[in-house]
Amino acid sequence: MPNAIPLEALLAVAAALFCIGLFGALARRSMVGVLMGIELMLNAVNINLIAFWRYLTPSSTGGQTFVIFVITVAAAEAAVGLALVIAIYRAWQTSNIDEVDSLKG
Amino acid sequence: MNTLIQVSFALVTALIVGSAMMSVTVRNIIHAALWLIACFFGVGALYLLLEAEFIAVAQVLIYVGAISILILFAIMLTRQLETGRYMVTGWRLWVTSVICVTLFAAVLIPTLLSHRWNLPAPPAAGGSEQLIGPAELGRDVVFTYLLQFQVVGVLLTMALIGAIVIAFEERARRRRILTLAEEHTLQQLSTTRQAAPTPESEQPPAPSTTDRE
Repeated sequence: MPNAIPLEALLAVAAALFCIGLFGALARRSMVGVLMGIELMLNAVNINLIAFWRYLTPSSTGGQTFVIFVITVAAAEAAVGLALVIAIYRAWQTSNIDEVDSLKG
Repeated sequence: MNTLIQVSFALVTALIVGSAMMSVTVRNIIHAALWLIACFFGVGALYLLLEAEFIAVAQVLIYVGAISILILFAIMLTRQLETGRYMVTGWRLWVTSVICVTLFAAVLIPTLLSHRWNLPAPPAAGGSEQLIGPAELGRDVVFTYLLQFQVVGVLLTMALIGAIVIAFEERARRRRILTLAEEHTLQQLSTTRQAAPTPESEQPPAPSTTDRE
């Protein structure tokens, strides 16, 4: 793999995925859409970590362990975030971020 | 062999970037979730290509199996009949696009192209690289990274309890959740009422909003 593909190509893919996820998180108006954008960004970070592990320290377990922890934290974040979406939908009858503005000054 | 790897890398990259694009731009949010699942599969294939087999399986199990289902459930529980605009418009859309494109083209790509990565020397011809597998990974998780492992376990438990507490609804405050057909009837009712006041007898019965039982 390191002979066939340069490290920069993988990092470019991860950067593209991160920017697409950022666009989704900023531009979507539904709360679930924003969470989907955040998941895309976390996946981009994981691609970066695995690429660095494979190219720089292939004999160490640090990179893969870090990815496992990131996936775990992402799962926890998704569970709490979607519970919040459901609670907000119950209270406001909306899943649109722009209408949930009771903290706005 | 190298050509095969490059071709599969190109295909996987096209799958990842294309489905991620579709996932953030498509109008129907359920379609967006399905494109997101395709993107997760592509990322798992990329992990396989990078020879991180355990991570690839974990990606498919956790992201494709658990998180996507969670997202689909959340969409269906909070579905609205007419969502109106699904994306920000006007100057906000422009600012968002400029931020993302600038971050990609002016910050990330020049940085990763100009930086000199400390790549180790490639192994001599014939000698294979020392790659860690699931056995070493499992041993290090429970020996070297034991404290982090425990902390992640506590975090998962707290997230589970927190999700239940946040989404829990007291029985006394529970309302009947309308189906999409009932919501549609209600909406048509309100629009016809606004357009022309109809006699009371012609109106279809509004769904009751009493207790579920």
